[in-house]
Amino acid sequence: MAFEIDAKDIHYRQVNELIREAIDQGAREIVLKNVNGQRYLAAGISSEVKIDVYGTPGLDLGAFMRGPNIVVHGNTQDGAGNTMDEGKIVVHGMAGDVVGYAMRGGKIHVASDVGYRVGIHMKAYMDKVPVIIIGGKAGDFLGEYMAGGMIVLLGINSRYEHRPLAGLFLGTGMHGGVIYLRGEIPSYHLGKGLSLEPINKEDEAILEGYLVDYCQDFGLDLQEIIDEKFFKIRPQTHRPYGKLYAY
Amino acid sequence: MASQKENSSAQEPKKKVRKKRLLSKLYPDFIIQRDLEKCIKCKICIRECTYEAHGWDEKREILTEDHAKCVGCHRCEAMCPTGAIVITKNPSAFREHDTWKPWFIKNVYKQADTGGVLLSATGCAVPFRNYWDHLVLDACQVTNPPIDPLREPMELRTFLGPKPDALQVELDDEGRFYLKTKVGPWIKLEVPIMFAAMSYGAISLHVHQGLARAAKELGTLYNTGEGGLHASLYEYGSNTIVQCASGRFGLHVDYLKAGVAIEIKIGQGAKPGIGGHLPGEKVTEEISKTRMIPVGSDALSPAPHHDIYSIEDLRGLIYALKEATEYKKLVFVKIAAVHNAPAIASGIVRAGADVVVLDGLRGGTGAAPTMFRDYVGIPVELALAAVDQRLREEGIRNWASLVISGGIRCSADVVKAIALGADAVYIGTPALIACGCTMCQRCFTGKCPWGIATNNPKLLKRLDPDTAFERIYNLVHGWAHEIQELLGAMGLNSLESLRGNRDKLRAVGLNETELRILGVKHAGE
Ligand code: SF4
Ligand code: SF4
Repeated sequence: MAFEIDAKDIHYRQVNELIREAIDQGAREIVLKNVNGQRYLAAGISSEVKIDVYGTPGLDLGAFMRGPNIVVHGNTQDGAGNTMDEGKIVVHGMAGDVVGYAMRGGKIHVASDVGYRVGIHMKAYMDKVPVIIIGGKAGDFLGEYMAGGMIVLLGINSRYEHRPLAGLFLGTGMHGGVIYLRGEIPSYHLGKGLSLEPINKEDEAILEGYLVDYCQDFGLDLQEIIDEKFFKIRPQTHRPYGKLYAY
Repeated sequence: MASQKENSSAQEPKKKVRKKRLLSKLYPDFIIQRDLEKCIKCKICIRECTYEAHGWDEKREILTEDHAKCVGCHRCEAMCPTGAIVITKNPSAFREHDTWKPWFIKNVYKQADTGGVLLSATGCAVPFRNYWDHLVLDACQVTNPPIDPLREPMELRTFLGPKPDALQVELDDEGRFYLKTKVGPWIKLEVPIMFAAMSYGAISLHVHQGLARAAKELGTLYNTGEGGLHASLYEYGSNTIVQCASGRFGLHVDYLKAGVAIEIKIGQGAKPGIGGHLPGEKVTEEISKTRMIPVGSDALSPAPHHDIYSIEDLRGLIYALKEATEYKKLVFVKIAAVHNAPAIASGIVRAGADVVVLDGLRGGTGAAPTMFRDYVGIPVELALAAVDQRLREEGIRNWASLVISGGIRCSADVVKAIALGADAVYIGTPALIACGCTMCQRCFTGKCPWGIATNNPKLLKRLDPDTAFERIYNLVHGWAHEIQELLGAMGLNSLESLRGNRDKLRAVGLNETELRILGVKHAGE
């Protein structure tokens, strides 16, 4: 049985207290109803609980969290998955700016578009590889400073038909990790020191592994997605600023 | 194919290879003087010098010196068993010129040699006016007796965290008074001196261990810096501030919960407005584990936190951290002291920070572009006075504590800072000097010959954690006693009575504007 919390007209602090209480009482599934902009939902929670969110969560959904599996049945505001550690956020709509900032593990699946500065400074370590898959399009600065992990940009479900897949300064300062694009991007959108090339067999296998899960979340047809040509962006060096100094 | 190529190139006129000369190597800063009568050729200096300035000439069986490599760390001088070495400033002089001092000439050479950005360590080295040196303290004479801290209680205890606007006291059923206002959580410091953020990576694990232990024994806090928290240091949690910087290295829930406070580092006095950059060479196995990045990859901290572009965003992060740690930790926000520090500090307080940290122009670092180290930011003395004043005028000074850092050199500096309005100070450089640092200002090479700013396994051994602990502890212990003496002389028996008490300060040799900003009278007034 899912544990239900009605978030109508209550402060985020209280919602989080109720979530923690429920977890302490052994709840494995929580349903949050009537969420209306409450910030920091499930921030810092270390537990493999499933949380279904109805309504629109506010800033920093799941920040610093380690383990929860959050499903947002709608859109979410800025900062979802800020510095998140483990777990999963599935957004059945759009997500705002700065999704997955400095994310270090876990997955974020967004059905539609995301805003600016998404996936900045994601990093991977040992078996922890954070992944963001975006069904729609992304604004400027996607994957800036990226140090590890993976961003996949599909562009299949966007409100903005005429926009390019990603905005300007794509991957600027990237020094690790990989960005996969379904389709092409004008080269001037790309940050300096990056390579853009078609994917190989190895990439295909990796991508498919992650996309199977994504398609399951949104009831999509995998074949339809991978039939299109994918490209990958990688940094040419892991030391972008290695030769900057005189001493 | 290959031979053809050789043939064709043989026919071409031989290109003259241009010999590159590095002008920066021609005029060393220091000269290594070796007294050959004292030298017993033990070669210790060769082993001790991490810059290979000492050498051995096999043929002539003598020691050699490469003066250009000497950074002036004095390690060889200290270790030479016969006292045969003296490191002196290079007496060789350029023709005197007040604008073109050797420093500028040599920097031009360096950059013309490499095309690079000048890099330095420690804090601002330009002789801007040091306001601590123009402030003097009061003492009691005749009308008010001084207090002797050796015989009478003297309180240095300081509580960090927001204080309520008013206290409500009520009677309970049994006729006893109790405090109705909910206060805290606060952090209790037994001395108003904390250890500033210096990351594991920038300094050695042994220094971190020494700092942590010293903080515990002294009843104060040390700060992890932005490099994460080494597994061996979790036990010092109640004396730990963990830092959250833009790179978010080694930052996870356990880390956030490990200390008593979380410091959001917005800026740093040594390099306001730019990010950090730990070069890949310094990312060793252990550091990689703590920072959670692969061995050998650069650790880049972006200039801004990309989730903070406004005071409102800052509030977002402050409360995200508070939520994630269930309001059990204080949140510090550290900024570099810059032109608009008072307005910014006001915003930070209103954003919900429990402690505002101002790091001044002279704040140290392991690596900063020289132009930033020397010319960006303002002296913390002025920033402190202006921020304290502004927060008082706005009636929000009690909402947050004020901590300053950057250029505190002695206990009198601490006392003056508190009289100007600080709740506590951070020290970094003095703790390193206590461990043997000679201010050679080359921390960024990773070759610190004193085993401080390095994680080279061999160099690390030059400073063990026990020695680091003992020396840092001794320093602050001495300062604490001096602070008690200074307070006693002013007739005060608690630090609280001095906080923001600018009447205990007088200025010597400052102009009207400076006096106004500092809110201090001139000596004689
Ligand atoms: S350490 Fe001193 S005595 Fe030993 S070789 Fe060097 S200069 Fe000579
Ligand atoms: S810490 Fe080491 S490298 Fe840095 S200034 Fe001191 S002695 Fe030199």
